[in-house]
Amino acid sequence: MADDLKTPLLDELEKGPWPSFVTDIKTLADKSEMAKDLLRQLEKSYEDKRGYWKHGGLVGVMGYGGGVIGRYSALPEEFPGVSHFHTVRVNQPSGWFYTSDALREIIDIWDEHGSGLYNMHGSTGDMVLLGTRTEELEPTFRALTEKGWDLGGSGSDLRTPSNCVGPARCENACFDTMEMAYKITHRYQDELHRPMFNYKYKIKMSGCPNDCTAAIARSDMALIGIWKDDIKVDQAEFAKYLDDGFNVQEFVVDKCPTGCIAVEGKQINIDNSNCVKCMHCINRMPHALSVGDEKGFAINLGAKAPIVEGALFASVIVPFMSIEDYKDEDSYEEFHDLLERIWEFWDEHGTSRERIGEFIERVSLATFLEGIGVEPSPKQVKAPRDNPYIFYEEYYAEEGEG
Amino acid sequence: MAEVTIEQLADDMFELVSKAAGQKKLKAGDLTKAMKEKYGDVPRADTKAAIKSLIDSGRCVYGYFGGSSIELPRVEGSANQ
Ligand code: HEM
Ligand code: HEM
Ligand code: SF4
Ligand code: SF4
Repeated sequence: MADDLKTPLLDELEKGPWPSFVTDIKTLADKSEMAKDLLRQLEKSYEDKRGYWKHGGLVGVMGYGGGVIGRYSALPEEFPGVSHFHTVRVNQPSGWFYTSDALREIIDIWDEHGSGLYNMHGSTGDMVLLGTRTEELEPTFRALTEKGWDLGGSGSDLRTPSNCVGPARCENACFDTMEMAYKITHRYQDELHRPMFNYKYKIKMSGCPNDCTAAIARSDMALIGIWKDDIKVDQAEFAKYLDDGFNVQEFVVDKCPTGCIAVEGKQINIDNSNCVKCMHCINRMPHALSVGDEKGFAINLGAKAPIVEGALFASVIVPFMSIEDYKDEDSYEEFHDLLERIWEFWDEHGTSRERIGEFIERVSLATFLEGIGVEPSPKQVKAPRDNPYIFYEEYYAEEGEG
Repeated sequence: MAEVTIEQLADDMFELVSKAAGQKKLKAGDLTKAMKEKYGDVPRADTKAAIKSLIDSGRCVYGYFGGSSIELPRVEGSANQ
């Protein structure tokens, strides 16, 4: 490691049991002035208890309004390696599947044009290439596009659509998240690269209510897979769980949030009319239970992080939609029409930096539904998951008692 | 409603951006709304195309400061002042 690199405060972060970003960045510090000065500046921030990064309002590549996030050091003389430290977001493939050749392409490009540091992946879904200089932006972009890559979104645009692996490797998938993310990305290239909205618009797709992309909490439009008919039951497999000594009563029946599961002898009976599709029983007994046959997705709008206004969770706007053939562009008409009506109404009546969730709260759900031409219905449940994780008091209480 | 060409829209938008330079950051939505006020119901596709031509010709660039804006090209580094 570089001799002149003394970072006693950062070194503390290497002492814990978890992998440390400090260790990672140090492996590059010998080769890269950027990596070295990144650590040195961060050390100074820790000493002084303040940040030394500045925004850069006007960096980007020709024709694109998104994808590059300008960052500068506030102390360029002291830390010349990070005087410019722009981030490049690269549109990830659906479901984050890569070949190792594809990853090497990216690495070669970034070794040549940037710091060699990455965040795989950002919460936007993109590959985040961390740190380069302004004059390297166009060459980076050229090298990426020559290999068939493209930048992702940033600013007031459609952010890079992202999705769980869905049918590529998960039996819970109720719709083709892979194909749909791809189709949306291609159809809305202008919206992705040319910011034209009041503020950012994120679309995330999860194949089932397990919601592995945490869409319900992190996207303006969360498409979450759902089925309309009954949970499929394999009674013979269910009996095996009992025979193996699995405590179905404690771990499944008692945990069903609506109490709609009953066990009689070696038979499981689910009152599907009261099932809220929480996925719990299916997750615990995947051999015996699986999602139904009549599959599609629910469209939820309005989640966001606490920036500008407080955090919001998404609420159901369209309880069920399905697409006949996910590979066929024409099958998406109903979805695209709705999405475009939503954008148009938000465009027309939203204010600057107002996310769709805040907009709906301000104008009221009734006005919003009328504006986008969707009938109100009791199925438009507000924040169907009020927490994507399990933090309920009783879980702690149980632990304490046990 | 009088027909208005995409070139005319782009020129009008450019004038707005020039006038606002240094005072107010205009967003795509502001430009679109201004055109609707001036010409009545201009199709969305036309205002989009006008903005596209401003950017692709290099007459304007995208900026970002708490939301994306459309601005005159500036010397790089000015964001650092
Ligand atoms: C002035 C300094 C900075 C500001 C104001 C800033 C602000 C932000 C904000 C607001 C986001 C969330 C973007 C979103 O909505 O998706 C973000 C994401 C991120 N930032 Fe920064 N940041 C700064 C500097 C940096 C630096 C120096 C690094 C790395 C060395 C960095 C790494 C990241 C990464 C990896 C993400 C995640 C991107 C993603 O989710 O796709 N940032 N930053
Ligand atoms: C005690 C210290 C820290 C805690 C508790 C913490 C916690 C978290 C949490 C909860 C997330 C969200 C993960 C999610 O997407 O669900 C996150 C994301 C992130 N954190 Fe930290 N963090 C810590 C320190 C740091 C430091 C020191 C850095 C970098 C210098 C960092 C960089 C990031 C980045 C880049 C993300 C976004 C990752 C992504 O979008 O995938 N964190 N952190
Ligand atoms: S969200 Fe559901 S379908 Fe997607 S990977 Fe997770 S469990 Fe599988
Ligand atoms: S999915 Fe959830 S609500 Fe439905 S039966 Fe299973 S545990 Fe109960």
